[in-house]
Amino acid sequence: MANLEDRPIRISVDNVGKTFKVPHERSNSLKQTLLSFRKKGYEEFKVLADINFKVHEGEFFGILGRNGSGKSTLLKLLAGIYEPSEGSITVNGNLTPFIELGVGFNPELSGRENVFLNGAILGLTTKEIEQKYNHIVEFAELERFMDQKLKNYSSGMLVRLAFSIAIQAHNGILLVDEVLAVGDERFQNKCLKVFAEIKKDPAKTVIFVSHDMGSVQRFCDRAMVVDNGAMIYIGDTDEAAFRYKKLNFPESVFTDTETGEVPFEISVTGADGKRKKHFKFGDTIQVHLEWKKDDRIKNAGVAIFRDDGQYMFGTNTIIDKARVTDSGVTYEFTATLGGAHYFVQSALFGANEDDRVYSIYDGPNFSISTPSTWQGAAFLDHKWQS
Amino acid sequence: MKILKFFTPQNQTLLRQLVITDFKLRYQGSALGYVWSLLKPLMLFSVLYVVFTYVLPLGKGVPHYPAYLLLGIVVWNFFVEATTMGMGSVVGRGDLIRKVRISKPSIVIASTLSAGVNFALNLIVVAFFMLITGAEVNATAVFLPLILLELIIAILAISFFLSALYVRFRDIAPIWEVILQIMFYATPIIYPLTLVQPHHTLLTLVSLNPIAQIIQDAREMLITPTTLTTHDVLGYGWSIGVPLVLITATAILSIMFFKKSSKKFAENL
Repeated sequence: MANLEDRPIRISVDNVGKTFKVPHERSNSLKQTLLSFRKKGYEEFKVLADINFKVHEGEFFGILGRNGSGKSTLLKLLAGIYEPSEGSITVNGNLTPFIELGVGFNPELSGRENVFLNGAILGLTTKEIEQKYNHIVEFAELERFMDQKLKNYSSGMLVRLAFSIAIQAHNGILLVDEVLAVGDERFQNKCLKVFAEIKKDPAKTVIFVSHDMGSVQRFCDRAMVVDNGAMIYIGDTDEAAFRYKKLNFPESVFTDTETGEVPFEISVTGADGKRKKHFKFGDTIQVHLEWKKDDRIKNAGVAIFRDDGQYMFGTNTIIDKARVTDSGVTYEFTATLGGAHYFVQSALFGANEDDRVYSIYDGPNFSISTPSTWQGAAFLDHKWQS
Repeated sequence: MKILKFFTPQNQTLLRQLVITDFKLRYQGSALGYVWSLLKPLMLFSVLYVVFTYVLPLGKGVPHYPAYLLLGIVVWNFFVEATTMGMGSVVGRGDLIRKVRISKPSIVIASTLSAGVNFALNLIVVAFFMLITGAEVNATAVFLPLILLELIIAILAISFFLSALYVRFRDIAPIWEVILQIMFYATPIIYPLTLVQPHHTLLTLVSLNPIAQIIQDAREMLITPTTLTTHDVLGYGWSIGVPLVLITATAILSIMFFKKSSKKFAENL
């Protein structure tokens, strides 16, 4: 993947913008339109502006964005559902035309009939569907249910069928929109395996849209962050994940806007006090909190989050009956967490927790790698008895 | 040639699946199922047969009037059903259009084909009535497909226009319903065209209506060779081309209109 730039360009997005005309009052009737003929009956909303990027063959490209960031609009533009108001999108190859699983599924039809209907909607020919039919059913693990009406399926079965068709329908460029969030854990793992396989295939290109930093970091070669309809970052996935995290945890009580001074800082180091980002299981990790001398600060708290937002561990000096100096404290712990990316949150407060002075929600990030001798989110001290 | 390019294997599959689904769902859950698609017109036509032979014999002078009448009604019903379905087709499939890049013309064409399936079944019932009323099939019936093609083109033209318009203006539905009502009486369906013969201007006006031309031609070709067709009325001067010109012009304009508006369907729906 080192010479990604040399590979042929599959998708080229040039200066793309999208503006929606939203009527003041939705004039669905002729009367309203005639009455508001002279007035400008709509408002323009610029949802996306100046989007530029290229995706190369074999690349796994991530798009991160919060709800309402314009990420879904971008996806619809890529899928060809919307036409850009400005700029152009060039797709070189066969791109999946859908942004949602199971579009057009009909509850009154059998599973089999729905495979053919959905396949046709996704642009497959009858011949192709017939060829892929067995694979689809097998992957969805629904062999026994194909003659049942879809309305008798559980939601998990529906998702499995939809995902299987979608995966089979794709040849070339795949658009994926947070499908990982569906199905039970076993099926999710199966999907992850499929993604891992697709990732290995140099002929397949994937655009992966998500608000889950974890999966973007896991799969993507490059990622882009969209916010308020603009690209705020494109490049390295770790950096993209960090930028995205910053959006989600805006610095609320932080930098002194007048002096520009930073009254509170967090740094992560190893046992030797040197700044470090990657740790091995069992390493000592130190979180240093330093602040400008302030009489209000009497206690400090530290919390460790995994990059997907899972709160892993947190405590403070009140609970632990520990003391802080007038300008800092160090929190030290052993890396017993599972292999993943993490970030730190911290707060400084007075005599009790509600009495906050400063909070940092987007502290430094670090990663822990674990040996393959165990699995899970954290290491539990254990023994076997017999 | 562009039209031929449209029928890619993908679009053919899509059309077939949409039509099959429509047909399967139509009598979903009923005990007799598909039988209804033959039984329903059979029952309706029997009522019409009784009414127009014994109660209100409008077509006394017309040979094989029952079959003649039924053919007119079947063609008209196809026109009404297809254009009404066509009008709602894009809005009805809004869910698809908003989430998948899908061939939009296929959605409209599928609605016409769906109505066409029904029409074909109804024609079977008409054939049955022809059989029991002793109407003979004329040799000119071989030209019937041409007339049906004209009818389908007319339906598609109207459907493309109405479906695109309906996305923006939902008032089109009641308006079209009223227009259809007016057209029903302005077209010689339940009355023979000979009935308006004394009123010369009216006769000419009625004959300019493409649907009237289609129905009368179909009747002449299939059932009653002595049918007064619109060509007979208009003579073979310039006005004979009016229905064809009307249909062609409507087709071109509505396809252009549909093409332009279909780009914004996904956001306007």
